[in-house]
Amino acid sequence: MKKTNPKAKDLNHATADPKGVLTGVHFMNGDQSACEGALAAGCRFVAGYPITPSTEIVERFASRIPTVGGVFIQMEDELASSIAIQGAAWAGLKTMTVSSGPGFTLMMEHIGLAAMLETPCVIIDVQRAGPSTGLPTLPGQADMMQVRWGSHGDYEVIALVPNSPQECFDLTIQAFNLSEEFRVPTFVMMDECVGHMAERVVIPPAEKIKVFNRRYTTLPIEEYLPYRTGKDLVPWFVKAGTGRRFHITGLTHDERGYPTMNAEAQGKLVHRLVEKIRTNAEQIVRFEEEDCEGAEVIVLSYGITSRVASRAVEMARKQGIKVGRFRPIVVWPFPEKRIRQLAGMAGGFVVPELNYGQISLEVERLVAGKVPVTLVPHGGGTVHQPEDILRAIREIVRL
Amino acid sequence: MPKLLKKVKLENPQIEIRISGFGGQGVIMSGFIIGRAAALYEGKQTVLTQSFGPEARGGSCSVQVIISDNRIDYPYVAQPRIQVCMSDEAYRKYGGYLGPHALLLYEEDIVRVNKDEVASWGNRALGIPATRLAEELGKRLVVNIVMVGFFSAVTEYLKPESAKKAIQDLVPKGTEELNFKAFEQGYKYGKKMLSRIK
Repeated sequence: MKKTNPKAKDLNHATADPKGVLTGVHFMNGDQSACEGALAAGCRFVAGYPITPSTEIVERFASRIPTVGGVFIQMEDELASSIAIQGAAWAGLKTMTVSSGPGFTLMMEHIGLAAMLETPCVIIDVQRAGPSTGLPTLPGQADMMQVRWGSHGDYEVIALVPNSPQECFDLTIQAFNLSEEFRVPTFVMMDECVGHMAERVVIPPAEKIKVFNRRYTTLPIEEYLPYRTGKDLVPWFVKAGTGRRFHITGLTHDERGYPTMNAEAQGKLVHRLVEKIRTNAEQIVRFEEEDCEGAEVIVLSYGITSRVASRAVEMARKQGIKVGRFRPIVVWPFPEKRIRQLAGMAGGFVVPELNYGQISLEVERLVAGKVPVTLVPHGGGTVHQPEDILRAIREIVRL
Repeated sequence: MPKLLKKVKLENPQIEIRISGFGGQGVIMSGFIIGRAAALYEGKQTVLTQSFGPEARGGSCSVQVIISDNRIDYPYVAQPRIQVCMSDEAYRKYGGYLGPHALLLYEEDIVRVNKDEVASWGNRALGIPATRLAEELGKRLVVNIVMVGFFSAVTEYLKPESAKKAIQDLVPKGTEELNFKAFEQGYKYGKKMLSRIK
């Protein structure tokens, strides 16, 4: 019988290393809180090229890491940052880089490499208004499709979207855990508003924080292969210095990690890169909903826009309209199953976002014409006026 | 509920505050002190948003704080209950966008306020020579802390102990005493003014 690594659930989740956990009640902004999340999750290596509005994350990491024990490198650019973190990840560390639109664009090549090598790493994009240099100090949400499709070739990623400083902490930890569990580059898609907004942030004691530590193969040397997987399609890492050989390449490779230039190997590899996320999507997706079943209109929004939309929902309810709220917390993979269900239970969807239609396309695809889907677009630079969202809600119920 | 605002029935029991001035006056810092004091030492829900970018480093600059007993979803301020103006430009920009029965606090040596106009909107304007009071302490830099003291005294939203704890957390080490004095200056000025108004 062929032996494979034990299943994920056989493993005990560990708790956080107290050295990185700043337990207590804080008043801090989303950027600072995301940095604390990374430290709590066990991140000990950040390479970055500071860019507004994400600068506070690396600034804080650089000042905190000497006492925690780890490395921060300010690199020459974002290409270098996004490859340095992969070197450190393969050497055994939990790693992260941080950027905003222009820098994120430069990282695309290495995001593809991370997907191909199955490097666990976290990338935070604090979105500002684009394209190009755009508005450095002002918000946007227009990188939502870029994070999904930005690098060439077929692959899947995981992306989470916080809407408060507390969630910046919680979801950054979650991003590290998912990244380790599925060996996939994982993204925290913040926006300038959430990054620079300050609120109370509660950081629990280290023993209350669950972290998913890297899984190293336990197979005997003769049975071990760098990319051999079990049913969950996720290969386990090899610890350098244990006598096991490994080889990594951005070329199409087989279980041995060696370049294998044929359609069969390509088919097997791409199938696994995609299916390891798709078959586990139900376990990864997270969302928050309120009064959605039987609603006349569901307002679906994320990040800062979900908080702006709450004002519109309040106003609509005062006018007697039955409005539900839906907020994807993990956007990639998208909560497909739930949106399909809700499409049969609600009168329509309103999707406000700080772009000209990205997540709304995903909603349209899933709703498949059953009920109307109205995009409330915005070019970025500020947030929506709640009245604009209210108008779209009223149009669906034809008031 | 502060005495000056007692008669107002709030539809939404949350307090919206905007502090505006020019970059370098410590406007953002004063927002952080108020926000932190309310969030950590008064057990309130608090959200702070700020103007960010070159304007916060020289141009006109503002910080918004919302304090509430309930969860705050919508984090922006449209018509503040309390507007603090530290510069004339800030007054011209925001002076006309006060909420109902609001308080306008201003640096009276810098900002020219038309008190009758403010009163005609049903609002109240209270001035303080904050920069001068700070200079009396030997450092103009602490003008923002004088203003926080004044704010604390006339609005009664913040207990002086809470504000002082937040000041201690946020000011550079070694400058605590100076900043506490600045707070006291503003606070006393405000209390005196309050007693005259009664």
